[in-house]
Amino acid sequence: MNALLARKSWFEATARARIAGLLDAGSFSEWLPPAASQPSPHLAQLDLPGAFDDGVVVGYGQLEKRPIFVIAQEGQFMGGAVGEIHGAKIVGALRRAAVEKPAAVLFLIDSGGVRLHEANAGLIAISEIMRAVLDARAAGVPVIALVGGSCGAFGGMGIVAKLCSAILISEEGRLALSGPEVIETVMGVEEFDAKDRALVWRVTGGKHRYLMGDCAALVDDDLAAFRASAADFLAGWQEPAPTPALLRAAQQTLENRLAAYGELRDGLDVWAALGVADPAAVPLLDRDELVALKEGLPT
Amino acid sequence: MSLNDILAALFPAGHAVAVDRQVLTGTAETASGTVAVLGTTDAAAIDHRMALALASFVLDTVDRHPGRPLVFLVDTSGQALSRGQELLCLNGSLAHLARCVDLSRRQGHPSVALVTANAVSGGFLSFGLMADQAYALADAQVRVMDLRAMARVTKIAHERLVELAGTSPIFAPGADSYVRMGAIAAIWPAPSAERLAGALADAATACAAGDQRQADGLARGGRQLAAGIAAAVRNSPARA
Repeated sequence: MNALLARKSWFEATARARIAGLLDAGSFSEWLPPAASQPSPHLAQLDLPGAFDDGVVVGYGQLEKRPIFVIAQEGQFMGGAVGEIHGAKIVGALRRAAVEKPAAVLFLIDSGGVRLHEANAGLIAISEIMRAVLDARAAGVPVIALVGGSCGAFGGMGIVAKLCSAILISEEGRLALSGPEVIETVMGVEEFDAKDRALVWRVTGGKHRYLMGDCAALVDDDLAAFRASAADFLAGWQEPAPTPALLRAAQQTLENRLAAYGELRDGLDVWAALGVADPAAVPLLDRDELVALKEGLPT
Repeated sequence: MSLNDILAALFPAGHAVAVDRQVLTGTAETASGTVAVLGTTDAAAIDHRMALALASFVLDTVDRHPGRPLVFLVDTSGQALSRGQELLCLNGSLAHLARCVDLSRRQGHPSVALVTANAVSGGFLSFGLMADQAYALADAQVRVMDLRAMARVTKIAHERLVELAGTSPIFAPGADSYVRMGAIAAIWPAPSAERLAGALADAATACAAGDQRQADGLARGGRQLAAGIAAAVRNSPARA
């Protein structure tokens, strides 16, 4: 009970509060802080309020005394969506990482993808982010995605998340391409009922992604838990060079998965196929119980 | 313009391109030798099968034909909209395809993408926009979302968006906007072997230069801010 009370929710925290909880105390320094930046002129043109940081914080700090770059999207501003300035700040930080080679880039994703008000700028920026993530990784710098905010990682940012070295996700985190609302609007409620929150979590939620192996770790919705998970992951990780053999292995895994589960429509069915004895109990398990369940599954 | 007409115009010296459920793969002869040809047709909504088929073909080319150029023919309406597809992490398969294209670049394969009809959001990101250089045919539709849908989602009047689209390439749909923004190198009035030969020659240079889209967008007046912001972040002093 005391441990629960002491938790500070990642889901509810702002981008800056997440950074403060993630890095060593007082170690963070921001590049292009709000006082040195400008809000999006494209939003102003539409008479919409801007933010001086354009919804993303980038900078430098330390995690257990190791040098770390941080990119943190603010889901509470425009749904964390990527516009021209927002995207360019991320690209700049990633390109800097490829040159200066910090121990890692921690990428706190909380975004629905492209900011429609600056749609072309956002789409192209996400393409640039994709290449910059892969360039940083090819330079030997791990890029770790942390997903647990209210906007999840959707659209192009869902693709970016899967280009990272690993994803650390909370049960509250969601990871997908199209949002359930978009699928429901275009394809009908029988295809995907976006108001069925339990179904949405069984398809896009952190537990499902972790059980399927799309995320490397499941983390409690707690700032300290994300910090511990990031430190723990980095301690055991050596960024691999991109080779044909590595991608061949990934290709085989994805093909096998599509063959095995391609006809399924609900997380419950996938979990049963994975060997979970009581799939209906999965949504009720806490983080530690779910990790134990996954570790006991047949491989 | 039909796919066969496009292929015939691009590769008058001959090609062997097969289409399987909207995914095309094969080889063709050009002035600079044999190239690998791959892509999608009929406004494909990219799903796991398509992404993995394209990725597999890229990996095969890297394994068996070192340095062979890749020509992507892009016609996609975006990603498949399906619960079953999302259940298996569709963004993961699209990311895998993007990684395979990125690997081919690192292994010395120049790549050129040509948008033949449609290029929309996720389907474009994972593939066409990963090429060293992208081009579009004159009547191609390139966009994130059409303005009516955008008006619905953003709750901004359609007339207002149409008016602003007339002056702002930042959100106006169309290949021309993407040229001004730096993401498409040029618009081709028609598919042509000569233009493709030039594009393949330029791709090798583009590959060596790295991602120049911010600088191109600035030079062409479409993206005034991105290049400066990225440079400012790169050059900010770290705290001493």
